[in-house]
Amino acid sequence: MSVSMEPESPGFVQLLTPEGEYVERSELSLDLTEDDHREFYRDLVLIRRIDTEATALQRQGELGLWAPLLGQEAAQVGSARALQAHDYVFPSYREHGVAWCRGVDPVELLRPFRGTSHGGWEPREKNFHLYTTSVGSQTLHATGYAMGVQRDGAESAVVVYFGDGAASQGDVNEAFTFASVFNAPVVFFCQNNQWAISEPLERQTRIPLHRRADGFGLPGVWVDGNDVLAVYAVTSWALRAAREGRGPTLIEAHTYRMGAHTTSDDPTRHRPAGELADWRLKDPIERVKSFLRKNRLAEADFFTAVEAESDDLADRIRKDCRDMADPEPLTLFDDVYAERHPLVEEERAKLADYLASFE
Amino acid sequence: MPQLKYWQAINQAMAEELERDPATCLLGEDVGAAGGAFGASAKLQERFGEWRVRDTPISEATIVGAALGASMSGLRPIVEVMFFDFMAVAMDQVVNQAAKISFMSAGKYHAPMVVRTMAGTGRGTGPQHGQNLEGWLAHVPGLKVVWASEPADAKGLLKSAIRDDDPVVVIESLALWSRRGEVPEDPDHLVPIGRAAIRRAGRDVTVVSWGAAVHRALAAAAELEPEVDVEVVDLRSLSPLDREGLFASVEKTGRLVVVHEAVGSFGPGAEIASLAADECFDALRAPVRRVTPPFAPVPFPPQLEKAYFPQVTDIVAAVRDVTRRAA
Ligand SMILES: Cc1ncc(C[n+]2csc(CCOP(=O)(O)OP(=O)(O)O)c2C)c(N)n1
Ligand SMILES: [Mg+2]
Repeated sequence: MSVSMEPESPGFVQLLTPEGEYVERSELSLDLTEDDHREFYRDLVLIRRIDTEATALQRQGELGLWAPLLGQEAAQVGSARALQAHDYVFPSYREHGVAWCRGVDPVELLRPFRGTSHGGWEPREKNFHLYTTSVGSQTLHATGYAMGVQRDGAESAVVVYFGDGAASQGDVNEAFTFASVFNAPVVFFCQNNQWAISEPLERQTRIPLHRRADGFGLPGVWVDGNDVLAVYAVTSWALRAAREGRGPTLIEAHTYRMGAHTTSDDPTRHRPAGELADWRLKDPIERVKSFLRKNRLAEADFFTAVEAESDDLADRIRKDCRDMADPEPLTLFDDVYAERHPLVEEERAKLADYLASFE
Repeated sequence: MPQLKYWQAINQAMAEELERDPATCLLGEDVGAAGGAFGASAKLQERFGEWRVRDTPISEATIVGAALGASMSGLRPIVEVMFFDFMAVAMDQVVNQAAKISFMSAGKYHAPMVVRTMAGTGRGTGPQHGQNLEGWLAHVPGLKVVWASEPADAKGLLKSAIRDDDPVVVIESLALWSRRGEVPEDPDHLVPIGRAAIRRAGRDVTVVSWGAAVHRALAAAAELEPEVDVEVVDLRSLSPLDREGLFASVEKTGRLVVVHEAVGSFGPGAEIASLAADECFDALRAPVRRVTPPFAPVPFPPQLEKAYFPQVTDIVAAVRDVTRRAA
């Protein structure tokens, strides 16, 4: 896969209409194989299934909480598939689709939500960082990490995901400043899903978020976040700019949180009537399906096979989630410091004695 | 007296004070139409309008800093920081700004503002949503810090905080959110800041606590009955701290156990133990004991969380220990 795109391209980037029509853009050439298109579809379907399954598991009491990504599949798959294995990703807490593309096992993803782990996965193994729950603070880490990459002279780039709400944090705005001043190889990927819990976009900004980039001295790109091809194209462009020493980019992916903020939230209480229905017409998966069909890139047996694969995946997630081992109480004291700390060890010993008194 | 839940008492306190003083206003994330992430500001925007009850951008530092500025212009803002942990995002404004303005302006300015925040402790909220950082705040001259364990106090302390001319941090407990209790309807029901409450009178051991831990102290006292007669003191206010109340109880019982959900090391229990050692040395018949979480971050896993936060059995053991050791 390779992509070229001129940074000057104006306005909203969309390559695939909601009806699945491909829109030619002269400044933007996509070089994808037929397999690549089918793979996009498969990713989109599977991560939606992972998400649906996790939401169901929470409802059944198997998870303490879940933050659904429903509706944001294309923004996540399109951007994550543009990455190379050595690039590093800083997610917020909703990037389950990015995790999937990085090769994080969906069951590992459930661990912090089930409360069997403080983090969940080994962040360095897949170059996919832990989730961050202090809204926006990961943009700072991404900036610093990118400066480290820069010093190493590595060909890698860093991508950081955050939301429209997070864009109001001082941290995020300071990250833009730092990254711009130091020309850090980082892509700021904002999934503008129109909501921050109960607060609509208008509560965070009076101008489109991508236009803020100007004031910080970095390019701002506005892309249809429900269009996997457009997201893939602009992210590839921004990553290349980062790799080639041209510094950071802000990408605003225009998308929609079709589900709840988390399973503890009821979105019907704040969402205007009809909004969800409007966005359903722009569903990120349907348009790829139409595109595949119209262009005879996939036949019925392909769709059936993906469906079957998603059923198997769901079965495995359900089973492995329930089988997850609860951690031993003494693990409470593991890794508080890099090295042994006398007070931590003393308290570990105290708890061990106490637990032994029941035996 | 009507029975209200803890969160309803908070809601009622804000409604009454918004009604009483047009300078009072509320700002925070999701506090408007949504009525707060956990319902504490339900219906307030509907009643008092969008100017006075406003949803802000997600910017804790600015929420607190702007409240300070607003308080200097004559408003009396109440701000909500959704989780205690996120106070950390606003700490410069709390510690270096709000807490210092009176001192540095030689009293020309005060900061009649309230920062409400909620401890997520005990609900599987983990390392970044489950911390208790009251020690940080009570350590700062210029701030007042209160924490109610009962609905009536949740109302009375918050109302006092709103009427107070200094910056007051009001900490709430998610673990007590649905706890019911009798709450006075009196629109001037004020619980004085700096006065502890004796929740259970006893002769043998003083157990001092605040917030949700008070109820575990009470459960421990019930379990120890009649073997040990425990006095449970609910501090309610960490700054100012009711020294007289504390000393009177310790003088009476001669034994002190402090229970809190903040980490023990350099925690508020150390301050209380030291005060008691200084002032009640002759009365103390056993070393002061602290029952606190260990020196580790708050864990996610429920069984670990249980091992981490003080449980009734831990308090019972500590009380037995100080009674055994007594001369
Ligand atoms: C510092 C901080 N403040 C507040 C919160 C509570 N909170 C969690 S998610 C959220 C909304 C974030 O919205 P957005 O950035 O748009 O991301 P989305 O949830 O829509 O993906 C808020 C306010 C938090 N986790 N961290
Ligand atoms: Mg959002």
